[in-house]
Amino acid sequence: MNMINLLLFPIIIPFFFAMILLFFKEQVVIQRVLTVIGLALSLVASIWLLVTVKAEGIQTVTLGSWPAPFGITMVSDMFSALLVTTTILITFFVVLYSFQSIGIERERFFYYPAILFMITGINGAFTTGDIFNMFVFFEVLLIASYLLIVLGGEKRQLRESIKYILVNVISSALFVIAVAYLYSIVGTLNMADISVKIAEINQPGIISVLAILFLIVFGIKGAIFPLYFWLPGSYAAPPIPVLTLFGALLTKVGVYAITRTYTLFFVHDIGFTHQFLLVLSLLTIVAGCIGALAYFDLKQIIIYNIIIAVGVILFGVAQMNTSGLEGAVYYLIHDMLIKAALFVLIGIIIYVTGTSNLREMGGLIKSHAALGWFYLIAAFGLAGIPPLSGFIGKLLIVKGGFEADNAFGSIVLLVSSLVVLLSVIRIFIYAFWGPQNPDYPLPVTSKRTYRQLMAPAVLLVLVTVAYGVGTEWLMPYISDASDVLRDPSIYINAVLKE
Amino acid sequence: MELLLAILIGILFTAAVYLILSRSLLKVILGTSLLSHGAHLLILTMGGLGGSAPPVLIDGVTDFADPLPQALILTAIVISFGVTAVILVMAYRMYSVHKTDNMNELRGNDEHD
Repeated sequence: MNMINLLLFPIIIPFFFAMILLFFKEQVVIQRVLTVIGLALSLVASIWLLVTVKAEGIQTVTLGSWPAPFGITMVSDMFSALLVTTTILITFFVVLYSFQSIGIERERFFYYPAILFMITGINGAFTTGDIFNMFVFFEVLLIASYLLIVLGGEKRQLRESIKYILVNVISSALFVIAVAYLYSIVGTLNMADISVKIAEINQPGIISVLAILFLIVFGIKGAIFPLYFWLPGSYAAPPIPVLTLFGALLTKVGVYAITRTYTLFFVHDIGFTHQFLLVLSLLTIVAGCIGALAYFDLKQIIIYNIIIAVGVILFGVAQMNTSGLEGAVYYLIHDMLIKAALFVLIGIIIYVTGTSNLREMGGLIKSHAALGWFYLIAAFGLAGIPPLSGFIGKLLIVKGGFEADNAFGSIVLLVSSLVVLLSVIRIFIYAFWGPQNPDYPLPVTSKRTYRQLMAPAVLLVLVTVAYGVGTEWLMPYISDASDVLRDPSIYINAVLKE
Repeated sequence: MELLLAILIGILFTAAVYLILSRSLLKVILGTSLLSHGAHLLILTMGGLGGSAPPVLIDGVTDFADPLPQALILTAIVISFGVTAVILVMAYRMYSVHKTDNMNELRGNDEHD
C-alpha cells in the first residue's frame, strides 16, 4: 500500500479529535473516551511511521505536490519519528493520570482539546521541514499551552502565566525576526534548501550571527543558561498533569530545534557557534544543579532537573561527533520519559501527603511502599545507574566529550550526575524514610484514587526501565537518527530528491 | 528606502523594549504589540522592497513585489492578534483577582505565595 501521507497522521489525528471534542464541552465521559481513542490511534500511526522510516529511510511529503523547495515539506527522519512516538506515548499516560487528578471543573473547560492541540503543535514542530512552518507549529503548541497553564484561574496561575506568555511572545517575535534575516540572506524557507544555500556561501559572518540569534530564540523555549529564568516560576504554577506535559515535552521542542538547526544549517564554521553552545550548555548544567540542591520543594527540585538535562543534551549536540550525537538522541528520549515518570510520581506524593514541602513529610514507605520503590527506580534512572535508561545516553555523551577533547566538560557532566542523584535521593530520604512527622498527619485520601493514579505512573516507570534494558534493541534506531544529524546530506537528498 | 525602514524598525524595537521593561502591565502589552509591528515590518523590508506591481497576476505586468514575505506577514499578524487577545483577557482577569497591574507586586515563590 502506498502511504505517502503516513507521516502526517500523528499530526492530523490529534487535531481531528481535538476539533471533535470542542462539541462535547460538558460531556466529560465522551471527552475522556475520545481522547484515549485519539491518542491510541496516533500512537499506532506513529509506531507504524517509526517502522516505515526504519525500513525505507526518511519519509518526506511536500504538501500540494509542489516541487520541494516551493511547497511546505514535511520530513520524518528517525530523529523526529522517535520524538513523535515518545510525545504521544507520554501524553497517553498523562491523560490516564488526569482522569483522577485534574478535577471535573477543568475537564469541562476544554482541558482535553487543549492537550490534543498542543500535541498537534509539538508533533508538527518535530516533523516540519520548513522554518516558517516550524514557527507556526510553535505558536500552535504555545497557544494551547497558554490555555493549559492558566486553566483553573487560581491566583498563582494567573500571576505566573502572564509572565510565561510575555516571555514566549517576545521569543516568538525574535523567531520571526530571525526567519526574516535568514530569508534575506538565503532567499528560501525550506530547511534542506537553506542548508544547501548556506553551504554555497560557506557560512559568512552574518550566518554565525544568525546562528546565535536562533540559539537565543530556541534557548528561551528550551531554557538554556541565561534564558531559563522564566521556567521555575511558570512550571510550578499549573497542576501536576499539565506540569508533566510541559516538563516532558515543551522544553524538548526547543532542544530539538537547536539540535536541528545546529546540525543542518550552521555546520560549516562550527568553531565559534558550537563552542558557544558548549559553554552555554555547561553553564546550564551548573545553574540547574544549584537550583536542584537549593530547594526543599518537590516540584522545584524536579523542575531544575529539567534544566540540567537540557544542558546535558546540548553538550552532546555541541560535540558534533558520532558518540556525542547518539548520546544526545538517546538522552533526549530518556529524559522525556523519565521526567514524565518523575513528575507523575511526585504528583502522587503530593496527593498522599497534601504538601509539596519536603520538611513536612516522612515515613511514607510504611504506608505507600509501592510508591517509594517505583520512585527510587525512577530516581536511579534519572541519575544514570547502569541497567536503567539514563546510563547509555550519558555514557555516550561523556565519551563524545572526551573524543572531541572536551575532557573538562565531560567531567562537569559526571559530577552533575552526582548532584542529580543527591537531589532526587534527598526527596526519597525526606519523604519515605524515618518516622511520620507528627506535626503533619497524612490527609485522608481514597485508596481507589491512589491506585488509579499509580497505574499510569507504574507503566511509565516500566517504560523507562524497558528503554534502559532494551538498549541493544533500540540502538539501530538511535544510530539512524544520529546519522542524519551527523551528515546533513542524507536529509537534503531525501527532501530535494533529483 | 531599506535603510530608512531599518532605522524605523530600530526605533520601534527600542520603544518596545523600553515599554516591556516598564512596571505597568498594560504598557508591557503595548510594548509587545510594538514589537510585533517591528517584526512584521522587518519581514517586509528583508524580503526586499523591489517590484512595482502588487503580486497579482495581470496580463502585461512582469515586475512583481515578492509575494512570500507578504504571506508570512499575514500569518504572523493573525497569530500575534490571537495571542494579544489572549494576553489582554488574561491581564484583565489578573487585574480583577490580584487588584494590581504593577509587575513588581506580582512576585512570589513557593515559600511565600
